Amino acid sequence: MTLFTEITIFVLAVFVGFEVISKVPATLHTPLMSQTNAIHGIVMLGGLIVVGYADDPLEYVIGTIAIAFGAINIVGGFMVTDRMLGMFARKPKPKAEGDGKGGAG
Amino acid sequence: MLQAVLEPGGDAATALYIVAFSMFIVGIKRGTHPTTAKQGNLVAAVGMALAVVTTLLLDGIGNWGLIAVGLGVGTAVGVIASVRVQMTEMPQMVALYNGVGGGAVALIAWSEIRHGISLGEEMPLDTLIPILFSAVVGSVSFWGSNIAFAKLQDLIPTKPLAVPGQQVINIVLLIGILAACTSIAINNDDPNQALFIGILIAAAVLGNLVVLPIGGADMPVVISLLNAFTGLAAAAAGFALDNVALIVAGTLVGSSGTILTLEMATAMNRSVGNILFAGFGGAPSGGGGGGDGEERPHTSIGAQDAAIKLAYADTVTIVPGYGLAVAQAQHAIKEVADELEGRGVTVNYAIHPVAGRMPGHMNVLLAEADVPYEQLREMEEINPELPRTDVCVVVGANDVTNPAAKNDPDSPIAGMPIIEVSEAQQVIVIKRSLSPGFAGIDNDLFYEPNTSMLFADAKAAASEIAAEIGNL
Repeated sequence: MTLFTEITIFVLAVFVGFEVISKVPATLHTPLMSQTNAIHGIVMLGGLIVVGYADDPLEYVIGTIAIAFGAINIVGGFMVTDRMLGMFARKPKPKAEGDGKGGAG
Repeated sequence: MLQAVLEPGGDAATALYIVAFSMFIVGIKRGTHPTTAKQGNLVAAVGMALAVVTTLLLDGIGNWGLIAVGLGVGTAVGVIASVRVQMTEMPQMVALYNGVGGGAVALIAWSEIRHGISLGEEMPLDTLIPILFSAVVGSVSFWGSNIAFAKLQDLIPTKPLAVPGQQVINIVLLIGILAACTSIAINNDDPNQALFIGILIAAAVLGNLVVLPIGGADMPVVISLLNAFTGLAAAAAGFALDNVALIVAGTLVGSSGTILTLEMATAMNRSVGNILFAGFGGAPSGGGGGGDGEERPHTSIGAQDAAIKLAYADTVTIVPGYGLAVAQAQHAIKEVADELEGRGVTVNYAIHPVAGRMPGHMNVLLAEADVPYEQLREMEEINPELPRTDVCVVVGANDVTNPAAKNDPDSPIAGMPIIEVSEAQQVIVIKRSLSPGFAGIDNDLFYEPNTSMLFADAKAAASEIAAEIGNL
């Protein structure tokens, strides 16, 4: 990718982010913040890549910690969001079918 | 072991990344409505899994043992932390997850610069500049988030901690960081690693110094801002690694976090600059008019009287604040509401945009107590109805009900949007004492003629009221 292709993607993503987010009711801000938090855990991919060309002990340590941090960010973020949203989902459908037992802890 | 099958930046890998980031966008989009939010989160999580698997299949991925350790430890910590965390501690948790994300970015930047040095070639500026950016922002975000976590968890005082000459130190640090970055960028044929580590450390100090002086009330805005920063740092890492998934996902978080930050700051009638660069809520200012030393006249009542007032009302609006969360009183309040509804009273909850410690935090806490979503009413929606409300019950909320925000132009919170509780026919405030809230100012509401103070722990008082209503 050329630099300007990347900048184009960046600028478009900025606007997509504004458009998608600006319609969120305040009620869902904490879950949403938690979800976007989980999404920036995508930096873990960077950790996976750099650990591939790590070739001394310090780089092994740095890379492994980066992957662990990223994994905490991703796994914790999505799970906590799921917990929060599970609470909202309960009420609108009091006892419909049996679909409420998805990711309850 | 798995054999690498995808070429980095090749068609197949890019196509899979496009699917993954599309799922993030769909996930966030679905996250904007209560009925689809849970599914949206799942969609985003699947997108993340796809992005991770795609990356693991890239040519050049190696050191599988380290990857397994990192993934294993991180996943275990993430699972345990998110299962154990109390809903009241959610803001700290978000701060912590944000921090580790920032830390990961800074470490990746460090690893990349070492890789660049070891290649012994000139590092192109379109790689080097994003690396420097992600190192600085990632480090600030990591340390700033940790301070925010420590403050919200009461590990360090939530009061603003001022260091003399603070602003000057911050500016000097920032200039130093920029100068060091410039020096590395100019000497890009042989980047100086020691200088780079110096940048990481200086950014760490800056992250500490920027967040330490900020009071607990402003912390959600800070966390939200750091969330946006971490997103941008991740996007910068994407530029350095030529990874489209990182660029799009990081940027999405950056723009969403920015909007959320501005919304929060607006709800508190504070500008982001003001929050970051002016300590607030430290010393109680007498802006509310008098109140120092001598106690102003107020009416206090007991649980039984409160129960009678509530039971014979037609409409009751409950105004919950962070104090309710601290006392874990959400279930007890729900009991009161159930008793009242059993008697035909209409019950609503008035939610201030910054009730709790984050926008929407109070909704999460009340949902945990099975309060129906439809009863949660936002501030703009409920304010016009308050004059027709028989009784308002304020539980653990303070500054967001202070009429001084509307009536006293000299008040430090003048102009802050409030729930106009004092407009209701009667007000019952459940609170331990008359002490001021986060903003450190006296609440005029407590001294209004139609206000009754019920001095008690929120949970105990609510349970007692529920029992008394049941006995009527």
